[in-house]
Amino acid sequence: MTTDSAQLAALGDATRRTIFELIAERPRSVAEITRQVPVSQSAVSQHLKVLRDSRLVRAEPKGASNVYHIDPYGLGQMRAWLDRYWSKTLAAYRVVVEQPPKESQ
Amino acid sequence: MNTHAEVTRVKQSIVVEAPIARAFKVFTEEFGSFKTPEHNMLGVEIAETVFEPRVGGHIYDRGTDGSECRWARVLAYEPPHRVLLSWDISPQWQIETDPEKTSEWEVRFTAETPTRTRVEIEHRKLERHGGGWEGVRDGVAGDQGWPLYLQRYADLFTHAA
Repeated sequence: MTTDSAQLAALGDATRRTIFELIAERPRSVAEITRQVPVSQSAVSQHLKVLRDSRLVRAEPKGASNVYHIDPYGLGQMRAWLDRYWSKTLAAYRVVVEQPPKESQ
Repeated sequence: MNTHAEVTRVKQSIVVEAPIARAFKVFTEEFGSFKTPEHNMLGVEIAETVFEPRVGGHIYDRGTDGSECRWARVLAYEPPHRVLLSWDISPQWQIETDPEKTSEWEVRFTAETPTRTRVEIEHRKLERHGGGWEGVRDGVAGDQGWPLYLQRYADLFTHAA
């Protein structure tokens, strides 16, 4: 729950979300990411730190720099998403199905 | 083997105070009335969600501008006990056109009493979504997957706020 909030907060920023999507497409270095967004490399690094702290991405050293990947912790998040999705759907379904049937409208 | 299956599926169930026939009818005919709003791949608001009640049919969303999004195929339709559907949504939150790369969700209806029904949903074969899922699960190549779902989820809060 705390993790969810941190992740949602981390994705609340538009630039950070763009960076996250770029990494989701394929692993990238800070320099590669910086070429794709209209902010400085140091700003990108700050965004990456937030994404890393909330376990959305992880860094792997490659030569002198890091390459950023989606954090494998993600599958648990995905399943959690579907769990919530179906749980909410069923709860909403119960409200509808338990209403008295409307025979004529 | 069990561990693998557990990792690649999600199960949910609920008991409702309704006869099985009504439980099935409401779930299928009125699906759009309780489907959660973040589930929308159209660029516009959903005007209606249609569940075509036959094998070979689809569930599709129709947008207020007339555009359509068919995101599930009806694989089994057995009133009032069971429906089986595909989940044609990729981990990148786009319509998946290759059926080999889609997961499936089964809804089972069981009468507990004449006026009470258990409804179970099992969303399985998640690994079939391919690179995204496998990569994320195994922590190896193909690092893409769930992020756009999460993003949609995040967007929901952003818009709601």
